[in-house]
Formats: sequence, structure tokens, C-alpha cells
Amino acid sequence: MHIPDGYLSPQTYIPLFGVFVSVAAVAVKKVKDEVSARNIPYLGMAAAFSFIIMMFNLPVPGGTTGHAVGSAVIAIIFGPWAAMLAVSVALIIQALVFGDGGITAIGANCFNMAIFMPFTAYYIFKLLSKNTTGKSRISFAAFISGYLSLVMAAILTAVEFGIQPLIASTPDGKALYCPYDLSIAIPAMAIEHMLLFGIVEGIITAIIVNYFLKTEPTLIYAFRNRGKNE
Amino acid sequence: MNKLQKKILVILLLLCLITPIGILLPAYFNTGDAWGEWSAQTVKELVGYVPRGLAKYSGIWKAPLPDYNVKSADRSIVHKSGYYIVSGIIGATVTYVVMLLISKLIIRNGE
Repeated sequence: MHIPDGYLSPQTYIPLFGVFVSVAAVAVKKVKDEVSARNIPYLGMAAAFSFIIMMFNLPVPGGTTGHAVGSAVIAIIFGPWAAMLAVSVALIIQALVFGDGGITAIGANCFNMAIFMPFTAYYIFKLLSKNTTGKSRISFAAFISGYLSLVMAAILTAVEFGIQPLIASTPDGKALYCPYDLSIAIPAMAIEHMLLFGIVEGIITAIIVNYFLKTEPTLIYAFRNRGKNE
Repeated sequence: MNKLQKKILVILLLLCLITPIGILLPAYFNTGDAWGEWSAQTVKELVGYVPRGLAKYSGIWKAPLPDYNVKSADRSIVHKSGYYIVSGIIGATVTYVVMLLISKLIIRNGE
């Protein structure tokens, strides 16, 4: 899901970079207001976790690979704003040091995996875990949150790929950037994430949320203010 | 650092040590790149031409450790696995430290 350099037109990556910078500015303020200093070490570990988990490339039938991102679990436990910053740091270092994801696509990749994904995951989890303390219901909510948020982020990425031939082609019909349109990009990205990578993201999310529920339930951001306004 | 945090760090280190799964499994099943992450050369094989913008931008950045590899000329899968672990440890450590510094700069409440 790491878009490389040369696949997105400037008309796509420049606005997405703008969105990324604006959201990051809000995230800094939100994290300042709502995260306590005792959680600082966890945020470092969350970013490192996301970095490592993305190195586990898994093969799918059809000949491509993909991986989980870790955004969902970070959003549930430390909040979507903290997840936004943590996963962005991982993605930027992947791009700068390891060439995984393009320099020009940093805004787009952060938008997909560090903004869209953690917020989607967080609200799906909140919705499904509402009014419940049952362990299995919470595990289920965590799994679905990880699964759906990754699949939806993959589809969003596919849309960014797939609109390129419409935005930028030569007069003789050759694409300037990503050569595949929406009708190819969306099924390709959606199916592989639905069949394998989403399941992996879901399982990771459920296991870790479960573990924190057992050992440090007060830490879990999604369960803050429970009983007060829910 | 509390007990849970120490435990998480140990788990992260263990995860780094098994990251080669991420290159060994795809190699075993002989799968290619992730969708949309092909090199310009591979795109040429797939669609018959290199899109002009792709040709222009694809080499714009020279990463110090491209593809989590130290020596890309070294084709041994054992060596590649070693480089992958080293890349994982370097990348995870840098990510951890950068996020820690950013958080410390931002967060001043509590404690």
C-alpha cells in the first residue's frame, strides 16, 4: 500500500500533502491536550510496532504481496490522533531511509494509512463495542475494526492509483503515471486485502486489544469516559 | 520504564528477529512486488511502455538502504535475511526515538 514515486500526478500528491500537513498540525494540538506524559514511551513503541509489522510481507495467490499496518490497534489503544502521528513517523522513515513509499507520495501514504485508516478503525471499534464489557464482543469489535479499516484504506489507495489515467494521459492515450484505471486497481487492491491482509490486521488488533484489556485496561483510549457520556 | 513497557520492547525486538518471514514467504511462493509498487522496468513488461511521469519521478530519491537491504548486489537469501533484520532494527529504533522526541516536545501535562 506504499505508493512509490512516479505513480501519482502532482495534481494528486500535492493536495494530499497539504491535507497531511494540516491534519498533522491538528494532531499535535490534540495529542498535547489529551495524552498524558506517562504514555510517551508507549507512543514511541507504537510507532516502532507499526514500522516492524509493515515489514512482514505476505504472499497472495495472483502473485503479489502485502502486509498489515498496525494503525487500527494503535488508534483503539492510544487514540486516533496519537496513531496519526505514530504511523506517520514510521511511514516517513520508511520512505526516507528505505525507499518504501515515494518521497512525493509521503502525503498520500500518510493520508491513507495514518489518517484515514486509524480514524476509520477507531470509529468502527467505538460503534461495535458500545454498551458492552463482554470480552468476546470487544475482541470481535477489534477484529472487524482492523479488518475493515485496512480493506477500506486499500480501496482508497486504489482510487488514488486508478484516477491517474483520467487525470494525466498523453494525447495518444498513454498514461503519464499509474497506468491502471479504477476498474483494475480497485478489484486488485480490494480482493487481496479482503482475503488475507485484512484478516491479519484484524487478528493482530484483536489479540493486542485483548491483552491491554487484561493488563492495563485504564490505558485504552477508546474506553475513556465510559459511563460518562455513553 | 514499567514492566509492561519492558515487555513490549522485548516483543518488538523478537519481532525484528523474525522479520525475514516477510521476504522468505514471498520468495517461497515466488510472488512479485506489492500491487502498484513495481519498478519502471516491471511496468514496461506489464503494459508495454514506461509512463513518462513514472520514468521522470521513479528515481527521484536515492534511499540509503533501499528495500531494507544493505547490499542489493548480494543475492543470497540468507544474507538478505540478515540485512532485513539489521534494517528492521535500525528502522524501528530510529522510528522509536523520533516518535519519543516528538511526543516529549508536544506533551507536557501529567507527571
